[in-house]
Amino acid sequence: MIVPLDLLMLFVIVVIAIATISAKDLFSAVILFGAYSFLMAVVWAEMHSIDVSFTEAAVGAGVSTAFLIAAVSRTARWEKG
Amino acid sequence: MTKADGTGTYQLTAEERRVAAGRDLIIEVIASLMIPLIQLFALYVIIHGALGAGGGFQGGVILASSFILYVIAFGITGARKRLPESWNTGLQSLGVYIYAGVGLVCILVSLGFVQYLNYWALPLPVAYEMRRAMGMDFVEIGIGITVMATMTSLFFDLAWKEKEERKEVKESNEGGEKK
Repeated sequence: MIVPLDLLMLFVIVVIAIATISAKDLFSAVILFGAYSFLMAVVWAEMHSIDVSFTEAAVGAGVSTAFLIAAVSRTARWEKG
Repeated sequence: MTKADGTGTYQLTAEERRVAAGRDLIIEVIASLMIPLIQLFALYVIIHGALGAGGGFQGGVILASSFILYVIAFGITGARKRLPESWNTGLQSLGVYIYAGVGLVCILVSLGFVQYLNYWALPLPVAYEMRRAMGMDFVEIGIGITVMATMTSLFFDLAWKEKEERKEVKESNEGGEKK
């Protein structure tokens, strides 16, 4: 476990999370959420928690991104207001 | 489909049908190469879950993601024909029955001797340690089947567009009666 690397990745995760909730384009919000999940999986693996990292990569970055893209394709692409 | 001058009709070729449906040859070839490898990896994760990282849930999700890739590459109409909703419902129930059935069989055979993790009581003609390992694998397989069917069913429901489906069905019907 390398603390400076952890801090750097956690900082990037916070930046991506803020970008996700402030994006007006919902499609780019979904893609940013996938990037957030993937970086989170890297952080879990770097903290020697392989099982949690595996689940995060499979569910968070893989399937939930596909689900959210399908949901965006069924509704509107741009946030209103 | 009618010809440009309005006389008679012709059958769409495979390439024209692909272009009309908005699909791409490269994506189809790469997906048909990737899907078997993804499914093999999912089975490895399910079986290897008792020893290392992974397990029934992660393996089931990876198996479902291979069906999602099929839907993205080849369109949802064919995918629904190959894996109908009735199969999804049946597989969801089958996984839960396997999961609960292994535990129930163990409790019945061991007469409730050990209430927790008594896979050794499975009535199989193999050694004690082997029975324990196989009981764990059966439970993981049950979880994997249920998670795969649930995730696939969720994605089918989200991606299903009745308008597109009607259009595709109409086109294929027209192509059929041209001959």
